[in-house]
Amino acid sequence: MDMTGEYSIPAARQRVWEALNDPEILKQCIPGCEEIEKLSPVEWTAKVTAKVGPVKAKFGGKVTLSDLDPPNGYTITGEGTGGAAGFAKGGAKVKLSDEAAGGTLLSYTVQAQVGGKLAQIGSRLIDGASRKMADDFFARFAAIVGGEAAKAGAAGEAAAEPAISPAPPAAPAPPPAAAAAPRSEPAAAPAAPAQASARLSPIAWVVALAVIVIVILYLFAH
Amino acid sequence: MSETGIGAAVRRKEDFRFLTGQGTYTDDINRPGQLHAVILRSPHAHAAIRGIDTAAAAAAAGVVAVFTAKDMAADGVGGLPCGWQIHSKDGSPMIEPPHPALATDRVRHVGDPVAVVIAETKAQAREAAELIAVDYQPLPAVASAAEAQKPGAPQLFDAAPGNLCFDWHLGDKAQADAAFARAAHVAKLDIVNNRLIPNAMEPRAAIGEYDKATGEYTLYTTSQNPHVIRLLMGAFVLHIPEHKLRVVAPDVGGGFGSKIYHYAEEAIVTWAAGKVRRPVKWTADRSESFMSDAHGRDHATHAELALDKDGKFLGLKVSTIANMGGYLSTFAPAIPTYLYATLLAGTYTTPVIYCEVKAIFTNTVPVDAYRGAGRPEATYILERLVDTAAREMRIDPAELRRRNFIPKDAYPYQTPVALQYDSGDYFTTLDKALAAADYAGFARRRDEAARRGKLRGIGLATYIEACGIAPSAVAGSLGARAGLYEAAEIRVHPTGSVTVFTGSHSHGQGHETTFAQLVADRLGIPIENVEVSHGDTDKIPFGMGTYGSRSLAVGGSAIVKALDKVVAKGRKIAAHLLEAAEADIQFKDGKYVVEGTDRAKSFGEVALTAYVPHNYPIEELEPGLDESAFYDPKNFTFPSGAHVAEVEIDRDTGIVELVNFTACDDFGRIINPLIVEGQVHGGLVQGIGQALLENCVYDPEGQLLTGSYMDYCMPRASDVPSFAVSTNTTLCTHNPLGVKGCGEAGAIGAPAAVMNAVLDALSPLGIRHLDMPASPERVWRAIQQHSLAQAAE
Repeated sequence: MDMTGEYSIPAARQRVWEALNDPEILKQCIPGCEEIEKLSPVEWTAKVTAKVGPVKAKFGGKVTLSDLDPPNGYTITGEGTGGAAGFAKGGAKVKLSDEAAGGTLLSYTVQAQVGGKLAQIGSRLIDGASRKMADDFFARFAAIVGGEAAKAGAAGEAAAEPAISPAPPAAPAPPPAAAAAPRSEPAAAPAAPAQASARLSPIAWVVALAVIVIVILYLFAH
Repeated sequence: MSETGIGAAVRRKEDFRFLTGQGTYTDDINRPGQLHAVILRSPHAHAAIRGIDTAAAAAAAGVVAVFTAKDMAADGVGGLPCGWQIHSKDGSPMIEPPHPALATDRVRHVGDPVAVVIAETKAQAREAAELIAVDYQPLPAVASAAEAQKPGAPQLFDAAPGNLCFDWHLGDKAQADAAFARAAHVAKLDIVNNRLIPNAMEPRAAIGEYDKATGEYTLYTTSQNPHVIRLLMGAFVLHIPEHKLRVVAPDVGGGFGSKIYHYAEEAIVTWAAGKVRRPVKWTADRSESFMSDAHGRDHATHAELALDKDGKFLGLKVSTIANMGGYLSTFAPAIPTYLYATLLAGTYTTPVIYCEVKAIFTNTVPVDAYRGAGRPEATYILERLVDTAAREMRIDPAELRRRNFIPKDAYPYQTPVALQYDSGDYFTTLDKALAAADYAGFARRRDEAARRGKLRGIGLATYIEACGIAPSAVAGSLGARAGLYEAAEIRVHPTGSVTVFTGSHSHGQGHETTFAQLVADRLGIPIENVEVSHGDTDKIPFGMGTYGSRSLAVGGSAIVKALDKVVAKGRKIAAHLLEAAEADIQFKDGKYVVEGTDRAKSFGEVALTAYVPHNYPIEELEPGLDESAFYDPKNFTFPSGAHVAEVEIDRDTGIVELVNFTACDDFGRIINPLIVEGQVHGGLVQGIGQALLENCVYDPEGQLLTGSYMDYCMPRASDVPSFAVSTNTTLCTHNPLGVKGCGEAGAIGAPAAVMNAVLDALSPLGIRHLDMPASPERVWRAIQQHSLAQAAE
C-alpha cells in the first residue's frame, strides 16, 4: 500500500523532536507498547502487545533510519513479524516543516508491503485502518507534547516554528508491530531552518505503523 | 420405466442425512486419545529457510511434538508424487522438482507448509505454532506465469531454468500455417483464463491413526479417491504397504477436483500418528483452504482462427502459458495438455489444429484440475474466437456455428487433436437452446432495454467435453501413471437385499441414489433394498475415484458388469430350482421365468438358495451371490451442449446482470433427471462465477490478496437467474448404459456464453475484448475508455 499524510503538532520543533526520541512518551502514545529499545541512534527495536477483542498477540521488529537530514527529514525502513499474522516491511519518507501559525508540520509518504494472513485478509482494509491508527497515535502525541508546552507556558513559542515533521514510518503493513520499519528516503532538506530542527523521530511513526499493523493483524488473524 | 428405475426422478436417498445434520464428515470423527495438528505455513511467496527454532513451541503447554522437514527426512519420508508425466516438444520429460510434505530449505508459495505442531487441543497447537521461529531470507518472487518465463525472472528451481516445467505441443504446425495462408479472414484473441480457488463447502481435513497392536495405519481424509491416496501415500511418501494402510473418505462436502490430489497434510498426520502413537487430526480453517487447496485455470493464451470467405473454419492455432504454481500437484501436467488441447476441435470440423503449451512454475499455490479441468479453458478460447470471427465477418454467431458443426452422420468422427467422438447432434441441441432462449426475439428485448438505458447482449457457447476418463492404455500412452478403470462389487444378501461397493466416491453427486437406481432397475428389487457403499479402502475392492464426470460412465458401467454376473449366476441357480435348461430361463422384473410358462422364482428366492444351498447345483456352482467387476472404458464419452446467456449492463455502474440463462445438453442416457439438473445448476453457477465474480489475485511479490470471502467473490443465488435447462439425447455407443456424464458441463459452457453476451452488449461501444471476471469495475473502465475514445473521434 501507499499512504501519504501530514500532521500538525502544536509544539516547537525541538520539543517535538525530543518527545519523539523519548521512549517513555512513545510508550504512552502507542497502545500496548511494552518496550522500545534504542540499539543505536539509527537502530531501534520495539515490542507491542496488541489486543483486539479476545485476541492478544505480541509483535516485534526492527527499524532503521537513514538519510538523516536533521531538521528536514529522513528515511525510515523496517520490518517486523507477528507470528501467524504474517509480516510487514516498508519505508517512509518524512519531511518536517514549520507552520505559518507556529507548530510543526510533519508530512510523510509511506510504501509498505504486507505478507501472510495480513495480505490475504486485510489488504483492502489496510489503508483505512492504518490511517486511523496514525491519527490515533498523533492525537495522543499532540495531546501529550502540546499539553506539556501549554503547561510550560511555552505554547506560544512552540507555535512559532513549524516544526515537526515526523516521519512516519509507514509501513503499515506489517504486522509486526512495533517493528515495522518503513523506509523512506528523504532527505531532503538541507539546512536547518532556524529553530531547532525538528526531526521527528521515526520511531514514532514506526511505532504507530507497527501498531496499526498489529491491530489489523489481530483483527484478521483471529 | 419404474418409479425408481433408470430415468426416474428419484429424490436423493442421502439428502435426509445431510439436511438433518446427520452426515459424518471427517471433522465429525474423533478418535480416542486424539491430538490436534496445526501447520505453520510460509507467509513469504519465496524465501530460503536458514533455520527453524522449535524449542519454545515444543515447551509450550499441551504440546506433544513439533516436527519439521528434518524429522520427516530422518524417517525416510518421500516427497509428494506427480501422477502424470508430459514430454516436451523435444522429447525430454517434464521437469519434476521435489515436492516435500514440509518445506526443507526453501518455501515457494504463501501457504507452503513449514512445520507441524501436535498438541492436546487445537488452540494449544495454534498458540505453540506462533512460537516457532523460522529464519526466512526472503527471495524475489514471481506470481505471473507470463512474467516468470521471461529472462531475469526469479527462479524457483535450479533444475527448471526459466521456470519451465515443459514446452509441449499437439498437432502439425506446418499444416496449420498452410491453412492460415489460405484464409480469407483470421480472428485473433489474447485471452486470460482467470485463476480460481475451488472453495468446496467443507474444508479439507485429515485424521491419522496408528494401531500399536497390528502396526496398521488409518487415514480419514476429505478425498474424492481414497484408493488413489492409499496408493500414492503408501507407496511413494510413507512407504506403508497397502495391507497395513486403510484410507477412509467418509461424507465429503464437495470437491470440484480440489480433493482428488494427495496433499501434504494427509501424509503429515498419518506419519505423525505413528511417531506419537496417538491419533492426530488436522482440519483446515478457511484461510488455509485459500492458500493450500489446489487452484484452477490460470492460462494466458494467444489464439487465432482461420476462416474461408464463407466462414468455414480452416485452422486453429493456440499458444498457451499455463501456470503450474510452486510445485506440481498430482495431476497438474495433464490439465493444460491432454485435457485441454485435445478439446480444441470442439463441436466443429476444423481440419487442422496446432496447440503449444508452456507450463511455468511460479510462486503461487499449485494449480490442478478444477471442475472441467482444461475443457473450460479450451471451450472458452474456441467460443470466444468463434464469436469474434462472427462479429468481424458480420455473420450471425449461431449461423457461423452451424456452418462448422460436425455433421450428424459423421460419427465416429476423428478430430485432428487425437479424440474420436462416438456420437452427438449439435444442430438439434443448438436449435433447442435457441428456441428456449427466444433467440429470434432478442432484438426486441435489446431495444426495450435500450429505452431503459441498459445495454443488453446475448451470447452463445457450444461445447464438447471428453469425460469418463479413459481407456487405461490410451491414458498411459499419454503419460498417466495410473490406470483409469473403475471397480464395483455387488453383494447380494441372503434375503435378496443388495449392497453395492463402488470405487466411485460421492461428495455431492448423489451416487447413493443413482447407483441404487441402476441396481433396482436391473434386479427388479425395491430401491430401499439397495445400499451403496463407497469411500473406504477396507470395504471397496478397488477404485480410481471421482473426477472428470466419470462416475456413471465408468463406475456405473462397472456396477452394470457386476450386476450382469449376478444375474447370470442367478440364472444357473434358477434353472436348477425350476428344473429347466439355463437357456430357457429369462430374467425379467425381478423374476427368473421359464420361457413360455408361468413357472418362476423371484430374485429373493434365488438369493436365499445361494446362501442356504440345500437344493443347489453344488457340483457346478459355488454358493453365495457376490460378484465384482472392473470396467476399463473403450473411449472417452463426449457430452456436448449449447448454452445461451443474456445480460443487461448498466452503463453508469458497469454492473452486469445475468437476466436469462438457457442450457441444452446431451449427456447420453439419463438415469436420474433430478440429479442431472442439480449437477447442471451447480456447474452453471460455478461457470457464471468465473465469468462475472471469481478471481484469485496475487500481488507482484506473490502475496495472495484474495485470501478470504471479503475479496474472493463467490456467486450467490441472487447472482443468477432461474435456469432454463433441457436435454437432447444421443447415446454413448461404447458403454453399457449409453451414458456420457454431466458433472462439469455447466462450468464448461457458461463462462464463454456469459462473456460472449457481455461483449455483445458492449460491442456498440467498440469494445471487442474483456477478460474474466467481467466485474463492475472492469466493465465500467472499458465503457469509460471507449466512450472517451468515441468522443475524441
